[in-house]
Amino acid sequence: MTTTIADADAGAEARCRPGALRRERVGHLLQHHGALMVLAVTVVVGAVAFDSFATPQNAANIVVSSSFLAIVAIGMTFVIISGGIDLSVGSSFVLAGVLAAYGSRYGLLVALLLPLAVCGAIGLVQGLIVARTGMAPFIVTLAGLLGMRGLMLAVSDEGANTYLVQNDAFSALGQTSVLGLTAPVWITLGLVLLGGVLLQRTGFGQQVYAIGGSEEAAVLMGVPVARVKVLVYLISGLLSGLAGALNAARLSSGVTILGAGMELDVIAAVVIGGTLLTGGAGGLTGTMAGVLLLGVIQSLINQIGVLTSSFQQVVSGAFLALVVVLQRILHRAQRLS
Amino acid sequence: MATAVLEARGISKGFPGVLALDDVSFRLDAGQVHALVGENGAGKSTLIKVLTGVYRPDRGTLLLRGEPVTFDHPLAAQRAGISTIYQEVNLVPQMSLAHNLLLGREPRSRLGVIDMTQLYAEAERVMTRYGIRTDVRRPLRSLGMGTQQMVALARAVSIDARVVIMDEPTSALEPREVDTLFGVIADLRAQGISLIYVSHRLDELYRICDRVTVLRDGRVAHGGPLDELPRVDLVALMLGRDPAEIRREGATKFSGEHTAAASGPLVEARSLSRRPALRDVSVQVRPGEVVGLGGLLGAGRSETAKAIAGALPLDGGTVLVAGQEVRRGSPAAAIRAGVSLVPEDRKAEGIVPTLSVKDNIALAALPQLSRSGVVSDARVDRIVDSFMRRLRIKAASPDQKVAELSGGNQQKVLLARSLATGAKVLLLDEPTRGIDVGAKAEVQALIDELAAEGLGVLLISSDLEELVEGADRVVVLRDGAVAGELSGDQVTEEAIMATIAATGETDG
Repeated sequence: MTTTIADADAGAEARCRPGALRRERVGHLLQHHGALMVLAVTVVVGAVAFDSFATPQNAANIVVSSSFLAIVAIGMTFVIISGGIDLSVGSSFVLAGVLAAYGSRYGLLVALLLPLAVCGAIGLVQGLIVARTGMAPFIVTLAGLLGMRGLMLAVSDEGANTYLVQNDAFSALGQTSVLGLTAPVWITLGLVLLGGVLLQRTGFGQQVYAIGGSEEAAVLMGVPVARVKVLVYLISGLLSGLAGALNAARLSSGVTILGAGMELDVIAAVVIGGTLLTGGAGGLTGTMAGVLLLGVIQSLINQIGVLTSSFQQVVSGAFLALVVVLQRILHRAQRLS
Repeated sequence: MATAVLEARGISKGFPGVLALDDVSFRLDAGQVHALVGENGAGKSTLIKVLTGVYRPDRGTLLLRGEPVTFDHPLAAQRAGISTIYQEVNLVPQMSLAHNLLLGREPRSRLGVIDMTQLYAEAERVMTRYGIRTDVRRPLRSLGMGTQQMVALARAVSIDARVVIMDEPTSALEPREVDTLFGVIADLRAQGISLIYVSHRLDELYRICDRVTVLRDGRVAHGGPLDELPRVDLVALMLGRDPAEIRREGATKFSGEHTAAASGPLVEARSLSRRPALRDVSVQVRPGEVVGLGGLLGAGRSETAKAIAGALPLDGGTVLVAGQEVRRGSPAAAIRAGVSLVPEDRKAEGIVPTLSVKDNIALAALPQLSRSGVVSDARVDRIVDSFMRRLRIKAASPDQKVAELSGGNQQKVLLARSLATGAKVLLLDEPTRGIDVGAKAEVQALIDELAAEGLGVLLISSDLEELVEGADRVVVLRDGAVAGELSGDQVTEEAIMATIAATGETDG
């Protein structure tokens, strides 16, 4: 009997010991900044290994080509934290590009607003279906993916017709360089800041976390669950539409192939960034680190030369698997501590 | 008389096949701590769900401060000032303590965004008032159950709850945390907040509750001040016994006497511990013996059975079968050693409803019935057939779906499954609950026969009559520990109830 009491006390003490605390801190750090640390290590390794890697030109290339993925990933981060998933972003991105190029003949405003309106509306509808019918987001947005792909093919005559951007002001939006970086990079930065404030510092952001953490609890805590869900899919739709439009401006045409399948890269970036696929935890800093990590891996593989760029996906896949396993272990460690 | 804060008048609520609440009236006054007690199926949860807007009553009215109200939704009840703190705390585990506490009421800076410094300071201030000193930025799930519960309580009170309903709040708490909780409850009472307190721990009820309502079979069995009600009477009311006229009536099919072999114990559990559900529980069963496990709901009876069957991770203790130690925490090892559990919840943990009678019986025994992974159909048929006859299982054929059988026959299928594994020890958790009278008698007779054949049986039952007549010895559990053991002529309903009701301190 005495031993039981002693054991019990020892157990209680163990939980307060600095060792356990330190382990918890490390776990916390890895969960939130793991992708950032891996990114730093990868960059350092790349810089040491390749002379042409750590040049301003290469850095700018990585940042510019990552910016479109980054914009879509902001929206995806909101959706995944809320406990959902949005598979339609790739189709939405392509459709937006085609619509923007098509609309550019009617002026800058139409080139921008047409894709935003269409992709936003589809996001809104997906959100309404998810929130009101309780259908699985996976299925609803898969339908969105197929529907928007079809819509894009219809607009572009089965992909045969590539619209060229016929508005210089719109092209400038994708190509103008400010301080060595193109406009989309600055737009991305602005959106990340805005999204970060929205997520961390507003009631809406907290509600997104609450729903993803425990929908049942969120209901009882008075969170308007349906409204928040509709909003996250709307945000995701708008941002994928914006990214697609900006990409069309950069390329001066509505390319019908680029971006198909992008949803998987976006989800990979978000998850590598430490956002839990089950919802309730994560953030935009991690997502941005995840996006950049994918970009850096791509760049490094280009440097190696002997490897084809297909290997980028192999490496990204390995990273993704590693992150998910790590998250699982961290989760269990936190449960036990 | 002052107006009640919350009153239920003549509430009835039925579900297909059961009348969960039958004309129940309940009154809660300001600053009152009201104990709501009753065994499984008595209607406590249904009443709470009616009071909190989860269910709508079929008949009867709810009055809030004298005004009739209807709640369409849990949120409506909460807005009206009725907060429930569930056993499974209803907060968001991944979010920080501070964010959970203040969700929806976050302090804003001049720019209109959430002011983190103030958020954490405010959360710290609130939690200090509840005796919790911890880093409020930590995710809730990394904190102890006691702290989590306190956060839920603090949140409820801070959103102007006038009535707080606590469902088994102490079941996962350490004694120190219980003391803190009770301190807070006393404060709340002083502020005029009313509490409905659901628990089976008599010590706690008598420590903090003013009044008690005992529910039984959907009706109010008793209502009144708690300190005027002796403990034994409360136990008797909960278990559905009139303390004045308890007599053995011989209504069960148990013969009551088994000739337990004078040999050593068949199964011996030593000092099983799993905080806070089990503390140092030891039980022995000899061949041919039926040992009863008595106690109230939540006393640790099912946990003891699960621990012996290896289905509950333990902090300490050993299980020996025929003198051999069984590997802890492994149901497979327990089954190999000859220990078989027939769980309480037949539907969730026992039968596989979509499979046939034959498959259900053969399921656990498949490893023994197969040679290098290939199951011999002929052997399965033979064994299933013999058990169906021996246990008198009434089914159209061995291929009938088990879901189509009556409760009693489903229970027999589970017994057959246990026996097919070559079990020497049966752990039966509420084997006759929810089955009709005739089938009940058959199952009871069957338990007798099996004991007579030399099996050891550990019998858990909330039916005192069944326990007294069926068991040779009764081990009484209270709050996760052994409160006493009765054998021979001592095994009477009065003695069991007296042991349950005895104060915890006397035999510490």
